[in-house]
Amino acid sequence: MALSEGLLYSKEHEWLRVEGEFGIVGITDYAQNSLGDIVYVELPRAGKQIAQFGGIGVVESVKAVSDLFSPISGEVLEVNAALEGDPAAVNRDPYGEGWLLKVKLKDADETKNLLSARDYEKLIAE
Amino acid sequence: MPASSSDRTASPLIFELGQEGRANRYVEEGKPLQSFLPANVLRDELPLPDNTELDVVRHFTRLSQRTFGIDLGFYPLGSCTMKYNPRINDALANLREFADLHPFAPDELAQGALQVMHELERSFCSLFGMAAFSLNPAAGAQAELGALLIAKKYFKDRGETQRDKVIVPDTAHGTNPASATMCGFKVISLRSDAHGRVDPAEIRKVLGPDTAVCMMTNPNTLGLFEERIHEVADAVHEAGGLMYYDGANANALMGNARPGDMGFDLMHLNTHKTFTIPHGGGGAGHGPLGVAEHLAEYLPTPYVVKDGETYRLDFDRPKSIGPMRSFWSNFAHAVRALAYLYANGAEGLVKVSQYAVLNANYLRVKIAEFLETPYSEICRHEFVASAQALKKETGVRALDIAKALLDRGFMAPTIYFPLIVPECLMIEPTETESKETLDEFVAALRDIVATAKRDPQALFDAPVTTVVGRVDETRAARQPDLRWTPPSASKRT
Amino acid sequence: MYTPHTQRDIAQMLAAIGIDSIEKLLAVPEALALRGALDVVPALPEYQIRRRIEQLAKRNAGADCIAFLGGGAYRHYAPPAIAALAMRGEFLTAYTPYQAEVSQGSLQSIYEWQTYICLLTGMELADASVYDGATALAESAIMAINATGRRRLLISRAIHPNYRAVLRTYCEGLDVAIDEIALTQDGTTDLASLASAVASHEYAAAAVQSPNFFGNVDTLDTGALAAVRTSGTVPIAVVAEALSLAALATPASWGAQIVAGEAQSFGVPPAYGGPHVGFIATTNEHVRRIPGRLVGKTVDNAGRPAYVLTLQAREQHIRRERATSNICTNQAHCALIATIYLALLGKTGLRNVAALNLERSRELATAVANAGVKPRFSAPFFNEFAADVGRPARGVLAGLQERGILGGIDLGRWYPEYENCMLMTATELTTSSEIAKVAAALKEVAHARVVV
Repeated sequence: MALSEGLLYSKEHEWLRVEGEFGIVGITDYAQNSLGDIVYVELPRAGKQIAQFGGIGVVESVKAVSDLFSPISGEVLEVNAALEGDPAAVNRDPYGEGWLLKVKLKDADETKNLLSARDYEKLIAE
Repeated sequence: MPASSSDRTASPLIFELGQEGRANRYVEEGKPLQSFLPANVLRDELPLPDNTELDVVRHFTRLSQRTFGIDLGFYPLGSCTMKYNPRINDALANLREFADLHPFAPDELAQGALQVMHELERSFCSLFGMAAFSLNPAAGAQAELGALLIAKKYFKDRGETQRDKVIVPDTAHGTNPASATMCGFKVISLRSDAHGRVDPAEIRKVLGPDTAVCMMTNPNTLGLFEERIHEVADAVHEAGGLMYYDGANANALMGNARPGDMGFDLMHLNTHKTFTIPHGGGGAGHGPLGVAEHLAEYLPTPYVVKDGETYRLDFDRPKSIGPMRSFWSNFAHAVRALAYLYANGAEGLVKVSQYAVLNANYLRVKIAEFLETPYSEICRHEFVASAQALKKETGVRALDIAKALLDRGFMAPTIYFPLIVPECLMIEPTETESKETLDEFVAALRDIVATAKRDPQALFDAPVTTVVGRVDETRAARQPDLRWTPPSASKRT
Repeated sequence: MYTPHTQRDIAQMLAAIGIDSIEKLLAVPEALALRGALDVVPALPEYQIRRRIEQLAKRNAGADCIAFLGGGAYRHYAPPAIAALAMRGEFLTAYTPYQAEVSQGSLQSIYEWQTYICLLTGMELADASVYDGATALAESAIMAINATGRRRLLISRAIHPNYRAVLRTYCEGLDVAIDEIALTQDGTTDLASLASAVASHEYAAAAVQSPNFFGNVDTLDTGALAAVRTSGTVPIAVVAEALSLAALATPASWGAQIVAGEAQSFGVPPAYGGPHVGFIATTNEHVRRIPGRLVGKTVDNAGRPAYVLTLQAREQHIRRERATSNICTNQAHCALIATIYLALLGKTGLRNVAALNLERSRELATAVANAGVKPRFSAPFFNEFAADVGRPARGVLAGLQERGILGGIDLGRWYPEYENCMLMTATELTTSSEIAKVAAALKEVAHARVVV
């Protein structure tokens, strides 16, 4: 399963890339692979305050719905609008064009509650 | 096997057929609409096709041949009770004096219709141990909503508005939690124990002053009888909650045990399952809602009341949750259900449930010879098998088995439900199937499992005899095409 | 009983199971054992069932009266070809088309139904049906609540009283408040109060019905629509007489975002109230919120066109407590009937039926007016109208009933201010002789002195 170095991971299979005071959020390759063909992603509107490990939406495959949880607290600055017309981007490129949200971080310290690539790899190997 | 199994050319849409002016003369030509209404309230164009009756008859006959019903073969859909639909029921439901009766006809001119509803209601009360039934809800899901609205109002009247939790076992039908949400309740999902039952000790852990309703079915969706239902009901009642019975599985119970005696306060029936109403490709259904005495005054309006020898629709029920439908009931279905009750009487209904359970157990032991059955004990009207071991060994999943059954002339069982059984096949044969049919089904399934071990690819490719092969559901969901659009017209007219 | 079991079958099956009696298969704890006999109707042979239920059918004189009843359920001509096709066992005894490969016929017919509803309403998409017009309104309101996050509804008092009552039932569950918009003197929605009410920005939806319960054309005008749009409120159109869509400007053309309708008029018998068939049509932006099943067109593994239930992850069987509707079983067979009706009638037939409804209802209005019973309103109407009998309509209706005529619906039942009015309906099936009879009877009944 592909991992991306330099990212932080949650136990719910979301990733976070910190860029200064901002963070980019997505789901992991492992997650997209277990979900199968993703047909729809439901995300919060820009401006919404989200909490670490709180629900931020759902991702739908043909016959399943799964909750999305934020790896970090903050304000949603931008959602990946391209996913509306092309939800397959999450399957194709979960760490790149399949990103979900851009967040203004509230508390950078929260990142210590997240896993490193190596720890996440251990988690999914279990 | 559908007659059309060799016909694999696509059927054109009705909109792609016909020519303007090819009209049927069902009525005389009307005057221009402008002679009756000002132009500003009239529509510009009406972009519908004109077809001859012959073309329409051929079109829909062809579509019918591309549709698999009980009339074509065995339909072992778990939790759906796809039994034979006797034709006498339709003949009676379609009687002119029923079909032409307007819902606003005065009660005194609709006594026969009201008596149909009353006789049906009284029989249901006795069969299931309830004080009263409303025939208002259109389907099981709507009756669930009605029952939860009753619970909400009942608790409000008692000043117990803090009761906002509905407990639903993990084997429950999806409508249960969805109905709870529509009624503003929060859902607590309860894990089944190792024997596929609700453990009274587990439910006690989640019960409390916030408990509103516990929704269960018995037998449950694994086909297992909840022997400790009394303990569950007592615990819920001690906590001040109400018990709701999902009647989807009532075909296993008639003349055997009654939800009312088990401690249920509210229940629904799916007459389109247990009482032979045809499913019609997805509906219309009919979901009578039953209640114990203390909840009777909350039933939806109108309620059919018998005063002496006359019947009337009672709208004046101050505690009622109100009406749930435009009109009183899916009445034509009440006629069908009553005809079925007359065909059976009490003794016949006892046999119905007995043979339904006999058929299910016979299939279960036969299928257990070559496929895993996770709960290997006596079942009721249905049981679950699992393709998990087969999948590990061969890669063949429940879905592949389902599709391979279609190639062999059978409808597939319900698959991937209940969610707690991996690679689940949920099989309900019903009592109307003969031993020969069950044996043919077993042979087909046995052949599929053997094929899985020999040539799994053959199953991944299934079905191959149907009018289309496996359908691209991902494409359907990613690029929704939900209607035909006229070639040159704009979408909004 | 419809069971095939011979004694030999039973013995063989029990032996295979390894149990010696059927009763043991159904053993229940002692406390649950059935006590006493069941009080169910007696078992009868089929010819006697027929006789018995035919007798009950005959005790419905209401089906034989000369009737001018409408109000959400209409008597229209249904060509016999409908029953010949819809009652085919393949359609009648099929389940919901979950296995697409053996359900292409029912799936295609639903896709055609969705298309017909779109073409008739002018909307972009429609669902596979809901229970009826009243629940269509309730489910549409839920869509608007979810779209806006607001928990208050504004509805016209001219919407069918039963639909409003059902909406109230549903809103009790949702803890949503409902406000009603007053009527004008002309039996239409007071659009000025509607426009000023929505300005509060607290309403999820504003719903009007056209033709409304009094039969009057009752749509949003440009000013009201602008106010609704500005306030972020979802405009809902209710259509209780779907035949009107063949004649009147589409709900889409006057700004509706959701259309909640009843299609019983398309070949489905009144049947004392059901089953009928509701529909919801809407714009593409609401596709994720529309309740119930949707059929989509796609391809199979060989690239051939194929139909399938789609966007199922919205629905209760997958989304469970997160679903926005609990609907599962719908009114598929009635939707099939309506689809066949629309195919048979076509544009030309449907236009003609609509024109005849307009003509006969005007003939009726003129005849009763000549008998001294004036229409209460002067707004344009489709096939029904409020007739003012000058004294409580209830008594006049009773007098007509004694003469074998069901003259209409007593509006005082829901509108105290119109207790002198009855709703009279004429369709293509209403004859000139029936109209003459009711006019003559009204002359006697409506003007009879009330003896105290």
